[in-house]
Amino acid sequence: MIEFRGVTKQFPDGTVAVAGVDIVMPPHKTTVLVGSSGSGKTTLLRMINRMVDPTSGQVLIDGADVATVDPVRLRRGIGYVMQNSGLLPHRKVIDNIATVPLLRGTSKAEARAHALELLDTVGLDRSLADRYPSQLSGGQQQRVGVARGLAVDPNILLMDEPFGAVDPIVRAELQQELLRLQGELGKTVVFVTHDIDEAFLLGDQVVIMQQGGKISQAAAPAEILANPADEFVADFVGANRGKRALHLTEVDGRSVVVDADGRPAGVLAP
Amino acid sequence: MNWLWSNLDQVGELILVHLALSVPAIILSFVVSVPIGWFAHRYEWSRSVLLSLCALLYAVPSLAVFIALPAVTGLSLRSPLNLVIALTLYGIAVIVRTAADAFDAVDRDVLQSATAMGYSTAGRFWGVELPLAGPVLLSGLRVVAVSTVSLATVGAVIGVQSLGSLFTDGFQRGIEVEIIAGVVATIALALLIDWSLVRIGRLLMPWSQPDVKTGRAKSTTLVEQADAA
Repeated sequence: MIEFRGVTKQFPDGTVAVAGVDIVMPPHKTTVLVGSSGSGKTTLLRMINRMVDPTSGQVLIDGADVATVDPVRLRRGIGYVMQNSGLLPHRKVIDNIATVPLLRGTSKAEARAHALELLDTVGLDRSLADRYPSQLSGGQQQRVGVARGLAVDPNILLMDEPFGAVDPIVRAELQQELLRLQGELGKTVVFVTHDIDEAFLLGDQVVIMQQGGKISQAAAPAEILANPADEFVADFVGANRGKRALHLTEVDGRSVVVDADGRPAGVLAP
Repeated sequence: MNWLWSNLDQVGELILVHLALSVPAIILSFVVSVPIGWFAHRYEWSRSVLLSLCALLYAVPSLAVFIALPAVTGLSLRSPLNLVIALTLYGIAVIVRTAADAFDAVDRDVLQSATAMGYSTAGRFWGVELPLAGPVLLSGLRVVAVSTVSLATVGAVIGVQSLGSLFTDGFQRGIEVEIIAGVVATIALALLIDWSLVRIGRLLMPWSQPDVKTGRAKSTTLVEQADAA
């Protein structure tokens, strides 16, 4: 379990990135932080592995304040996946996946053997192991990034807009893959995105953030749609634009679901 | 031509002496410049001062340096070590800006991700930052190598033996072939060192090779393709 208690982050130039955040991220669930740029969602994520330290307040993992843990040791125990994969371009795929185990002192043979298994886990062919990252497609790189994040079997997986830079088809594929993996592994995932649809798809809990690093609402996707906390949330999830207001019309004896503009969204299952 | 055949031994020996002067200077200027370049990259306030100072070194006439250095180092004017130090200073002047640029060019996202993986500060420098600065550092090193080999000939004027001795001797005695031999040997030596550096670079940085960069996998042979089919 990850818990933020009254966390504020003010950068030296005076910008307040995160303002008095209290939030609990339950274990084995996916919490998605969503908001436009400047809402502090990435800063919030990076406080979990101490890439950023709060100005005031506490971040706790399973009850222990992360400020009391050596940051390098802390990071080696938390999976991290970022946009554009962040793979080391000078290391082969297999060595990229084995990075953190090697840092933790696992033997090279063992780390590489495990890395091959992780290629299977994320649905990549083992023949890619000896390639360099630049020889892979964007989607493949992102999968390698996920494999690297899972390499030490961490309880917590931090994902910073991991699918932001791939095309929509590959993104949909990766999202489904993540849902499958999460179903099998049950990690405590914290996922940052600016895409509300992605947030609703992946999140057990969705945290909507607004400018200035404040939380507008934190709840399950259905709850947010049913009861948006304020105008900002309603607008952000598209309820005000009629994007989420669906109704039924009859076409050739079947019930077609359409949005407020009359665009079809699907049919009701008979 | 007769002169060349009867003096091949001497030319061969001078090539070795020339190597012994330039290779240490090349290595030293590289080793000294990398930390200076890193510092200039890391601490913005120091950048313009450091880079300007190093560039100024290059503006000092070489003969003046050769003559002034012994006063500082206490070495004799004709000591080869004196020349090596001077060449190193010029080498630093040439490479330091490239070294700073090399570190600037390293992808910040990759560094952030290395930190997030749990690299310590030192581990990240040796394991990620320095290797990734490698290709640009190498390009700077190649310029230094060639310019140092060429500049080392100037030592002959102050009496330090090198391939430049073939110029001075050839001029004084009016042996044209000797001068030409000196020029050709110097150029050949520069090319040889440059070629070696490129080879070493390929060996140490296979990931920076064009066939990797363009995203193509290593081409397979026809036999392998047949096997796969």
